[in-house]
Amino acid sequence: MKQDRLISAILMAVAFSAILGLAIITIFIFKEGVPIIVRVGARDFFLSADWDPKSGHFGIRSMIIGSMMVTCGAMVIGMVFSLGLAIVLTQFSPPRLTRILKPMIELLAGIPSVVYGFVGVVTLVPLIQSHLGGPGLSVLAASIVLGIMVLPTVTSISVDALNAVPRPYWEGSIALGATRWQTVHMVMVKAARSGIVAAIILGMGRAVGETMAVIMVGGNTLAVPKGILEPVRTLTANIALEMGYASGDHRQALFATGVTLFVFIMILNTIALTVSRRQAKGAGAR
Amino acid sequence: MRPKQLRILILGAVITWCLPWAGCRRDDPGTVNVVGSTSIQPFAELLAQEYEKKNPDHKVDVQGGGSTAGLQAVANGLAQIGMCSRGLTPEESKQFTGVMIARDGLAVVVNPANPVSELKMEQVRGLFSGQIKNWKDIGGRDEPVRVITREESSGTRECFVHLVMGQEKISREALVQESSGAVKELVKGNTAAIGYISLGLVGKELKALVVDGEQPTAQNVLDGKYKLARPLLFVTKGSPSPAAQKFIDFVLLAESQKTLEAEGLIRAR
Repeated sequence: MKQDRLISAILMAVAFSAILGLAIITIFIFKEGVPIIVRVGARDFFLSADWDPKSGHFGIRSMIIGSMMVTCGAMVIGMVFSLGLAIVLTQFSPPRLTRILKPMIELLAGIPSVVYGFVGVVTLVPLIQSHLGGPGLSVLAASIVLGIMVLPTVTSISVDALNAVPRPYWEGSIALGATRWQTVHMVMVKAARSGIVAAIILGMGRAVGETMAVIMVGGNTLAVPKGILEPVRTLTANIALEMGYASGDHRQALFATGVTLFVFIMILNTIALTVSRRQAKGAGAR
Repeated sequence: MRPKQLRILILGAVITWCLPWAGCRRDDPGTVNVVGSTSIQPFAELLAQEYEKKNPDHKVDVQGGGSTAGLQAVANGLAQIGMCSRGLTPEESKQFTGVMIARDGLAVVVNPANPVSELKMEQVRGLFSGQIKNWKDIGGRDEPVRVITREESSGTRECFVHLVMGQEKISREALVQESSGAVKELVKGNTAAIGYISLGLVGKELKALVVDGEQPTAQNVLDGKYKLARPLLFVTKGSPSPAAQKFIDFVLLAESQKTLEAEGLIRAR
């Protein structure tokens, strides 16, 4: 069985080089980013809104707030639509319709983000500008575009969670005389709760990390947005806009922005993992 | 799993593993790499095409990246020619030599529906620094000014700051767009917007403002009357290689200069 061992060693090496990639990226961005946070002072770096690399001011508060606003907005929009879709797909739609609808929603995930951004700029931005005022490029526009972008992720994970609810729950509820809708919102959604929460958090991770579309519809101003119709610059947009030419401290500050994002997304993913693990365990015990 | 399938799988895995190392090959010395300003890039590409048509055995590779990135590439020897859409700083001119291949005017643009069509330089500065917040303060409609600027690596922005802003800074409230096209699109759709783009790109959908009483025209730039103008440079380190020199000479030919003029630039001399 010499051959077997050789093969497993080779496959192992391939698998580990992917993980090695992650490790190298992590070490690299922390090595480049952390020193400047220490030098500027964590307080100044995270809490000052003065970003002016040319005069040595690196404060990313407006970007942090911007990222949060856009993400929250995207999740409100994404959640309403995805949860609705997931419920319809698993509980109400006839199987034949589900077979058409589900792949179509998954197709949304394959559209490049530039295309989302472009459609946003051409259709959504003028609409917001003429009907709601402001410059059009805004937190709202970014939220709507991102809300649509996270739809496939959140929907498909929620669908899985709802499908994983044991059939007897549904049968029991119907047998007790509950209507279909009562069964859905009182039994099914509750039982799938942790899976749905995990889906939403994973969606948040996607929304926080999206760059291209946000640059195109966000407006990228440096000021802290005062409302949802004001333009916004997110952490990712800040990196992508300035990375091309930054050098020295400025470059490091962008890496530090990356560290902030990294930590942000790590926290979100950890929460999602714990929540969905808990569900798996709970389901196993039943 | 059958051995045959396994072998294919392993082969695939090994190939995937080796891919990152396969991309490293050396360019042949006949190729001239031209890297830098995205404002010059489309024009350089056009000229490179014509040049390759006339000299089939020479190759010219044009890449964007921004003026500063272009200079870095030349300094590192990654490119023979850098494209720079601003004057060289005193420090840079010690290291590099620049040849002006054309001139470009900067137009301050507003929506055609905006009644303002003439401004003083101080007013332009006031608008972009955020001191003038409403168009009615300078004889326009009662609308809050929406300033649109370019990202900081942009040569266009750097020139604008140098020529107009002086010590002032561009307002933090300004919208930042990544390309001249995006600036154009925004100004086209917003009656309160003001931005700046290359003179050659203005077109019919925007209104270029008269600054300090001078019309923004190619002739006025050549005569030195319209002040918002910048040089477009080809930058080399030391004396250029023969292949690079040949391309620079080609760009400076009267015929090539005419091509540039037809595309909206202003000839070098």
